[in-house]
Amino acid sequence: MAPQTDPFGAGSEQAGNRLDPHLERYAERTRGMTASEIRSLFAVASRPEVVSLAGGMPNVAALSMDTVSSTVANMLATRGQVALQYGSGNGDQRLREQICEMVGLQGIAPHPDDVIVTVGSQMALDLVTRIFCDPGDVILAEAPSYVGALGVFRAYQVDVEHVAMDEHGLNPDALRERLKTLAAQGKTPKFLYTIPTFHNPAGLSQPQERRMEILQICQSAGVLIIEDDPYGLLGFDGVIPQAIRSHDEDGVIYLGSFSKTFAAGIRVGWAVAPHGVREKLTLAAEAAVLCPPAFSQLTISTYLDTQPWMDQIKIFREVYRERRDATLESLAQYMPPGTTWTHPTGGFYVWVSMPEGIDATAMLPRAVTARVAYVPGTAFYMDGQGHQSLRLSYSYPEPDRIREGVRRLGSVINEELKLMHTFGTVGAAKKTGTSKGSTPGPDVV
Amino acid sequence: MSNQSSLRVVVLAGGLSHERDVSVRSGRRIAEALRSRDVEVDERDMDIELLPWLVADPPACVFPMFHGAAGEDGAIRDVLDLLKLPYVGSDPEACRLTYDKPLAKTILARSGVSTPEMIVLPHEAFRELGAAAVLEAVENAFGFPLVIKPSKGGSALGVSIVHSAEELPTAMVTCFSYGDTALIERCISGTEVAVSVVDLGDGPVALPAVEIVPDGEFYNYNARYTAGLTEFFAPARLSQEVARSVADEAVKVHKTLGLSGFSRSDFIIDAAGIPQFIEANVAPGMTETSLLPQAVTAADLDLGEVCLALVHDAIEAHRQ
Repeated sequence: MAPQTDPFGAGSEQAGNRLDPHLERYAERTRGMTASEIRSLFAVASRPEVVSLAGGMPNVAALSMDTVSSTVANMLATRGQVALQYGSGNGDQRLREQICEMVGLQGIAPHPDDVIVTVGSQMALDLVTRIFCDPGDVILAEAPSYVGALGVFRAYQVDVEHVAMDEHGLNPDALRERLKTLAAQGKTPKFLYTIPTFHNPAGLSQPQERRMEILQICQSAGVLIIEDDPYGLLGFDGVIPQAIRSHDEDGVIYLGSFSKTFAAGIRVGWAVAPHGVREKLTLAAEAAVLCPPAFSQLTISTYLDTQPWMDQIKIFREVYRERRDATLESLAQYMPPGTTWTHPTGGFYVWVSMPEGIDATAMLPRAVTARVAYVPGTAFYMDGQGHQSLRLSYSYPEPDRIREGVRRLGSVINEELKLMHTFGTVGAAKKTGTSKGSTPGPDVV
Repeated sequence: MSNQSSLRVVVLAGGLSHERDVSVRSGRRIAEALRSRDVEVDERDMDIELLPWLVADPPACVFPMFHGAAGEDGAIRDVLDLLKLPYVGSDPEACRLTYDKPLAKTILARSGVSTPEMIVLPHEAFRELGAAAVLEAVENAFGFPLVIKPSKGGSALGVSIVHSAEELPTAMVTCFSYGDTALIERCISGTEVAVSVVDLGDGPVALPAVEIVPDGEFYNYNARYTAGLTEFFAPARLSQEVARSVADEAVKVHKTLGLSGFSRSDFIIDAAGIPQFIEANVAPGMTETSLLPQAVTAADLDLGEVCLALVHDAIEAHRQ
């Protein structure tokens, strides 16, 4: 065998090839979808040698597989034919009633007709953005904000205006100021997207008075609130904060999920929406997926009917509290001076702010070499902020692995600091990446 | 097509390097190419169970497609030699010479291959001598633009092109995030080409050069692995004379570094039409957007056919 083409033949007539015959067909919003050096590093994070504090995977090992197995068997025995059939676009009636009972814990009292069941709350957010936002519309979100939400907003070509946070979450003064600035530009945000309880990625919660103040500001400005609340039942002290939606049924769309209270793989979430909105959400949902998966819905419904699900949530709380404690103790032990971090009272995440000048994106290869992974802060902003910050997720690794991971991270930051001093870049405004593609996929722990 | 069902090959891909993701994709492509030729293929990652597994059921041949450290630095091939298993590609010594870019450039320059002027500085040199003084000396000697890259590694990870003194410190920090030693090279402008060399039993032969025209300033990670961000010309838009010259240089690189089986060398054709050697690869990428598979297509060859020939050649060489 030998090459058939003369390698010395002049290729001047040769047409170029971009290796994608559909290149000219893609929508404008597809242009930013590229491979990412940072995302590729997360491929290493899935290896057991690496302590991954990157992905926010629920700890399903704390869920009894025998319980799940018997629940599925029970469901198939009693409602098998319904589970294997198409269902209603807004979800199973019984499950919507059960969701109403659950959100009652957060002070929300909807009618089952106000509930739309979705494929995870991610789909609910997608539908909300789809029915409210045109390309170029403005929405408000915390700084930082949930990376999955930013992905939705980017896909719909929405302009995200970040609003600063303080130790109690979204800062009302910053919200007023941002609304004022936008009004001066003739812009009205379509909605405020907020995670008031155990925020992802910041790990902060809004006190009740703060929630009321934010609600009043939005009511005055005529801004709809999208309240995303996947972690609301996972407070380590067992106290369940009251949702913003509990104070306003017309001005707030509430998003919930079973991913953290049961299992992420079941992919069931929901939206509680005012009646006018819910009809449009249902039509949009039917256009997207016809109906949410009946099998998953009925499995959860059976689980809620037959199992002590609040006891399971207490188990989850204890699992995550133990890991939160390991994270905070290790951070206190291993982080260099100048590093600060949040102290979550629930949820999955700690937000770490590093000494001035360190760029978490640029540092990630060194961290991966040291066998520890995190998500750089830039992933949680649409406007280039976050270089000096990173998110640690403690939900998945065992406490001893978390301690080892934080120890490694401390060494990595110290090495990076030495490098900064060597090159005089301490305090320099380094920007090595953008938010696009700086996060692991959902299946990376 | 001959039936290769009795032939069992293990493709090694993944590993713990920064290029794990690319390696997995390269390995998958090689595995599919071999399967298309009726070869029985197992795809395996590097872990503590790998060696006992290889010993318990030795394959006819191993096809290492690890990228980065432990894959291209010769280590895994040293271990395969210990196990007396045949494998496709270069031996450990050739890998070590090639994976160390400054060392490869030095050896090749002594053999008459043109390569951009460089200096090689470990992190400690900056710490001990003072970064500002060292960088100023670099700037005075080379001017701008400069290429800053880790002395080892691939996929353009940690690589920056620097146009001013202000950009240098950040580029150095980026480089040192991937390794402890920096290769600082004079930036040559010209036509970027990659020349793959294969030895299918009759000695190393250059495949048609592939010309690389990235949309951005250089052929970085995104441009390498996102279809559409780079335009390729295979064969490259070169005169016959230059095409022959760069093909000869690629074969010379292959022979001088003692490479076996297959390799890919990257060059910039400068304004005078002289190929300037940039780096060589002992386990070149085999993904859907990689260069060697494009060269194979441009040569009217089939990747499965080439891979199978490499396997047979490796087995035969091992017998001897």
